[in-house]
Amino acid sequence: MVLVFVETEGTSLKKASQEALTYGADLASKLNTECSAIAIGSESGLENTGAYGASKLFAVSGAGLNEFTPEGYSEAIHQVASNNNASIVLISASYTGKSIAPKVAVKLSASLTTGVVAMPNTENGFSVRKTCFSNKAFSDVEVTGEKKVISIVPNSYEIKEFDQNAEVVSSDIDVSSFIKSKSVSIDKVQGKIPLTEAELVVSAGRGLKGPENWGMIEELADVLGAATACSKPVSDMDWRPHSEHVGQTGITIKPNLYIAAGISGAIQHLAGVSSSKVICVINTDPEAPFFKAADYGIVGDAFDVIPKLIARAKELKAS
Amino acid sequence: MNILVCLSAVPDTTTKISFVDNDSKFNTAGVQFIINPYDELALTKALELTEANGGEVTIITVGDASVEPVMRKGLAIGAHKAIRVNTEALDGMHVAKCITSAIEGESFDMILTGRESIDYNGGQVAGILSEMLNMGLVNVVTSLTVEGNTITAVRDIDGGRETVSANMPCVISAQKELCEPRIPNMRGIMQARTKPLTVVEYSDSYAETKYTGYELPPAKQGVKLIDAENAGELIDLLRTEKKIL
Repeated sequence: MVLVFVETEGTSLKKASQEALTYGADLASKLNTECSAIAIGSESGLENTGAYGASKLFAVSGAGLNEFTPEGYSEAIHQVASNNNASIVLISASYTGKSIAPKVAVKLSASLTTGVVAMPNTENGFSVRKTCFSNKAFSDVEVTGEKKVISIVPNSYEIKEFDQNAEVVSSDIDVSSFIKSKSVSIDKVQGKIPLTEAELVVSAGRGLKGPENWGMIEELADVLGAATACSKPVSDMDWRPHSEHVGQTGITIKPNLYIAAGISGAIQHLAGVSSSKVICVINTDPEAPFFKAADYGIVGDAFDVIPKLIARAKELKAS
Repeated sequence: MNILVCLSAVPDTTTKISFVDNDSKFNTAGVQFIINPYDELALTKALELTEANGGEVTIITVGDASVEPVMRKGLAIGAHKAIRVNTEALDGMHVAKCITSAIEGESFDMILTGRESIDYNGGQVAGILSEMLNMGLVNVVTSLTVEGNTITAVRDIDGGRETVSANMPCVISAQKELCEPRIPNMRGIMQARTKPLTVVEYSDSYAETKYTGYELPPAKQGVKLIDAENAGELIDLLRTEKKIL
């Protein structure tokens, strides 16, 4: 069995979890087995697990599972995986997933592969493709363990819909004796698309001259329905929060569209964004290295260009 | 406080990545190795904590003798001693086993790592160590304070931040913003030469994941330039040519 850990956001499955489920269903059919989902502590948003590929949903709750802890969640997944002979556990590489995948792997004595971006090649053994060198390259990893824990990078697998309903298996388990940390408070940015899951991203760099000029970047992002991002110098100077920093030492993203204004395209920045499907670069310097990595380029001042993009996007939206 | 910091030697962030032997090996020719930037934050934070609370910082690296210059830099920044596990690092599980074997019998209040290395980007070792050593884990931490036996950490979560408390011993992985990395001064560099660097062996080379081949991402077909005067055309092209918007 392939077991997929899923998370909910409000009343629906997180996009990254939908991707992981589709991946799990495709992998299960490749391996002639079934795909099940596990959700922890969630009450709503799980109705569609079947539609994204799960034939069964393990809905787990109980003492120690009311809030996220790496220990509690990994133990719950471990128990469900063990009791149901899961050979593969899939976990999306969200921050939550990154905290639990290694622990689940140790508990299950499974091999662990993180950062996976494609369906495994099972023709001759089991080989998965992952990113390495901070998105500057890919590598193929041969996985020999009988049990496997795999974490999948968000936005790397296309969501499909399946015509089925998942059978819900609810269980109550007590993991309280495993817990070693406690959540004190959670501070969520409301109404913003998480950068790692965003399909469209508008980003800007030092070329914008100061944090006071970000209004037009936010407006463009808003009209396109995009998330905002920035370059390293900009987050280093505290013009923007570090959670927006994309690049080798920031967040690596792979949206469908990445628009970069006033970013020259240093190799470290490119590492974080080069997996974007379409890259548009706006820069005053025609020699900026970013143009070599771009699909579309505009040599010009962001202060002239961005308002034009906003105007055109609004026009098309209205029509 | 006794703190262990896991340091990994990685190619400098400006490195142009290439491969040799039919794309089966990373080409290290001419590559400058540095302390993994996130591990450097982990080390600096460990030093801040021991300066405030007393105690020692031990750094540990898995690798052959070629990683020693990077470890000496860690000592120059201020670590008190170093352990090198003399074997090739195979994967996250293997590295964690090397580390637990090397520190057997010692007790640490905290293990600090980077949130991931910038070469293989596994982000595995902190989680594996916490499980193997039965310690708490707070991953991807941007702020960390210690009071008595309790730590309070702020960690990145999807779409925000969470403040978490845990008891020591625990494993913490460092994210950008945790602190400002330190640059070694001349005195530190001089002292680093004589600080203890112990080499230990680990002979088990069992690993269940193996890197078999590498590939660079496909190059872009070439940029299509749009006149700045008609910049709005970009939006149309994204709609019609790329069908994105």
